[in-house]
Order: sequence, then C-alpha cells, then structure tokens
Amino acid sequence: MLSGSKSLTGRALHPGSSSGELLILDQPISFWGGVDHHGVIIDVHHPQCGVSVAGKVLIMTSGRGSSSATAVLAELIRVKKAPAAMIFTECDTILVIGALVSAELYQIQMPMVELTADSYAKIPKSGSISVAAETENMIGLIKWLE
Amino acid sequence: MKKLILTELEQAMLAGEHGPAIAMCMRLIVGVAKANQATRLIEIESAHADGCLYHGIAGLEYTEKLVELGGQVKVRTTTNVSSLDLLHPDLVHADATLATNGRRLMDAHLALGCEATWTCAPYQTGHRPAFGTQIAWAESNAIVFANSVLGARTDRYGDFLDISAAIVGRVPFAGLHTDEGRKASLVLDFSGISRELLEEESAWPAIGALLGDIAESKVAAMIGLPGDLSDGGLTEDRLKGLGATAASAGGVGLFHIVGVTPEAPTLAAVVNAKVETIKISTEQLRASRDRLTTAVGDDLDAVSLGTPHFSLAEFEYLAKELEGGDKFSASIDFYVSTSRGVLERAEALGYAQILKNAGGRIVTDTCTYVTPILNPKIKTVMTNSGKWAWYAPGNLGIETILGSVKECIASARAGKLVRNDALWF
Repeated sequence: MLSGSKSLTGRALHPGSSSGELLILDQPISFWGGVDHHGVIIDVHHPQCGVSVAGKVLIMTSGRGSSSATAVLAELIRVKKAPAAMIFTECDTILVIGALVSAELYQIQMPMVELTADSYAKIPKSGSISVAAETENMIGLIKWLE
Repeated sequence: MKKLILTELEQAMLAGEHGPAIAMCMRLIVGVAKANQATRLIEIESAHADGCLYHGIAGLEYTEKLVELGGQVKVRTTTNVSSLDLLHPDLVHADATLATNGRRLMDAHLALGCEATWTCAPYQTGHRPAFGTQIAWAESNAIVFANSVLGARTDRYGDFLDISAAIVGRVPFAGLHTDEGRKASLVLDFSGISRELLEEESAWPAIGALLGDIAESKVAAMIGLPGDLSDGGLTEDRLKGLGATAASAGGVGLFHIVGVTPEAPTLAAVVNAKVETIKISTEQLRASRDRLTTAVGDDLDAVSLGTPHFSLAEFEYLAKELEGGDKFSASIDFYVSTSRGVLERAEALGYAQILKNAGGRIVTDTCTYVTPILNPKIKTVMTNSGKWAWYAPGNLGIETILGSVKECIASARAGKLVRNDALWF
C-alpha cells in the first residue's frame, strides 16, 4: 500500500471496481425525477441541484423516491453517464437492481458498498477514491490517499 | 455474513432447468437477496410492474429479452402508467422514439402476461391484495399504499425486479416482508395540529412531505391523526396523497397511523422498544406544504389533478363541486389523470361528462408530468398532489402551487390563484 493511503471495508451490495472523485450528497436523491439523462441533478428541492454525478464516486445515506430510479440508473450506466461507484449507509434495493440489470444486459459492473455509520464518518470529504466490491464474501474495499 | 439458502426447486430455476427467462429473473432476485441479507425467498401472490414507463433503451431491452426467452408471469400482475395515452392518443406529444419505444415496452409487458391496467393506483381499480399477503409491487406510491393502507407486504422494489419476481413468483424474504421490518422506529405526534387544519385536503400532502423528510426510508408511526378507512374513500384518498408525497420526499415504503391503518390498532402493536417521539407543530407542517409551492404570485396557466390516478370517490367529489357552476377560464388548461378502469365507471355515472362540460380534459394510461402532455407555454400549474408538485419542477421546468381540489376549481374558474391560508397560521 502506498504511504499515506487509507482504506476501510464495508458490505458489498454489487460487485465491481472503479474509482473517481468523491461526491457526497447532502440529501438522498431519486434518480427518476432527480437526475437527468446526462447525469445532472435536476431536483429543485435538492441542495446540490445542477451538480453532475457522472463518473463520481457517489456517497449518500440512502435512496429516495421513485421506483423508476432503477431504470434511470441502468440507462445512465448504459450510456456511461452514471456514477463510477455508489456508497450508502443503508442499502437501497431500488438502485442495486439498476446495477444488477446493467451487469446482466451490458456486462458493466458498477460497484456498490454499504458502510456502517462509524465507517461513513471516516470517509474524506473530497478527493479521489477507489471502490472494489465482491459479492462472494460480500466485501467492499474503499481506498484513498491522504 | 448471512447466507442465502435456496430450495432445490429454486436452485434448478437459477440453473436454467426451467428455461432461460426464469434463470435470468432468478439471477436478479438472488442478487437483491444477497444485498438485502435475506436467508431465503418467499412466494408472492401478486405483482405490480412499474417498468412500462419508457426511460431509455435499457428498460426496453430487459423486458423484450424476457419476452424473447419465453417469460410468463406466474401471479396476477398489473401494469403501472406508461408513456402514452392509448385511449386519447392526441393528448401526448410524443416524438417518434417515445411513441415507438413506449408502445413496444407496453406490448412487451402484455406479452409477458401482465394486465393492461396502466395505472399507478391499481389498488383503486380492482387489484387490492388482502391483509398480510406477500406481494412484489413497484411504483413508490403503490408500494406505500399496499403496505400501509391494505396491510399487504412488499419491499420497496424498482423496475425490472417487479416483473422478474412475477415471472419466478418469488422475492427475497427481507425488509418490509418481515414482521420485524414493519415495526416503527420513530413516532410523529400530530396532536398539536388543529382538527380544522387536518380536515383540509392540503394538510395530507404536507404531512407526507414532512414524513418523507424526517423518516427518510425508516418506518414511522403517526399519532393524533383522524381517519376511518371505511368512510367511503375520503380517508383512503387522503392516505394515498400522504403516502405518495412521503415516497417522493423520502424513501418511505410503510407508515402506520395509530387507530386508522390496519396494523396499528394501538401504538404498542407497531413499536418494539422505546422510540423517539417527535411533536409536530403547525409551523413545521406549513413549511412542508410551502416546499410544494415554487411559484410566487397568483398567475396560473393550468391545473393538474389525479397523481396518483384519480379514484371514483375523488371523481364523485369533483363532479359535485363542478355541477351547476361556472366553466373554467379559457386561459386555464385543466387536466385530470386517472385509470381506464376508473374512467369507465366515471363515464357511466356521468362524472366524466360534468368535468368535460366545465372545460376539463381527462388523461388515462399515463400522467401529465411523466410524458409530454402540457402545452410548452405553460409556466405555472396548480395541483392537489404533493407528488406532482415534488417532481414537476424538475421534470417539466415549471412552477407549482399546491392547493385543495376546491381551491384548484376556484382558481381555474377565476383564471388566477385562489387559496385560503387562514387555517395555516
């Protein structure tokens, strides 16, 4: 491991490995009605309205809203406008289904990891972060440089 | 780590011994089961499929692949709103892609054996699972209604899982399917809100927005709210509006109202241990209501009712309010979205004609905020729906005003906003 690198583990919800800039959402988001076809937040009630989630490691406490978030996320993954990875403190089934379907149809694996509130508090507030998740033993590894 | 144990039959289904469509659906169910830490699957009695609204190629490819592989639903499966209005095709200004792919997606659902209900309120057009029934429903408002008002049991499912669960007849036994998952972890106390305000229609979407905000995806029990689910529809429609808004502002899949909803005859019945009680003030409720209004001033271009789809009881009330009164102002487009099932009865009872005579238009099979229906010149829309008000600014780029049906009618007649705020202060 590189000097100054930090890591922690969580529970893998969907396998895959990727990395990107961190984007911590102040509030959960519904992908349907909340994120457009380019990956930009359009929910006017959301404090980060106008911010793009594309290619980011997206961190939020849990999901919100629409069942159609599944289809919107799957489509964003297909057109490569989805987050690189997603981290929750509470598993959001609706979004996990989107990742599973993209893997089934397009063989694109978007890692998803659930962290305990304690681990969540240790995640940095910005910078680049990598996520590797495997669902054989359900382990998700999160790494970043300090 | 909790381990998922499949029966011999389920293992065979996953291995492809019951055909490739079942195997594909099982892969999805098993993936979700692992994520949700389920140790087994359970059989379901009904499904409601949300995947018939077109969001792009991925959804279409998944559903058509199931058709191609010979998939068929094993349990009764109703369909949610689509992107098209097949009964009133001129109302939707779909481009060629949406018209073609939207229709293909609907046809694929029918080919899998789903019923052509095309509604977000299947529970008000004949699909009402019994208390305690295990089901797999998607569409956030239908989920929260089935769980809270009917006492059926579904987790918060999304597109794809609904149809896949219907094809294998199973879901992971986790979350809101379990006794433990249905207990409330917080209590909201509304005893400080005046009864007069709680008799106002708009109080209910406001409660929903507040609930979504505070509970996020947790189960809450509410005390101090009036209601009787055998009153002929008033309470049911209030809870429909409350749930739909809560599932938009938060991830609410189940709520209890002590003394009103079927699992909560007492607080003790739905709360395990000592949990936090939050006392709600009129100011808080007003702030939640105000989040559902983005417009400033009293200009108005349109009214949209019926999100979730208008019930027969709502039609009856609307017709009573409209009958013998003035027509809507020529400057206001007035829409009511409903299911084809409810429309048939509303036509037979004369309610639909009363609305048309007043200048209103009826939308079926879809909804005014999920597909291009509104005139692009429309800037400000009044609605009785907290869910519509939540999503429409982002979806349509318009401003919203929340009001009761009565206020929507008065405003549509006047051609500008008419709303009585006296009870809210």
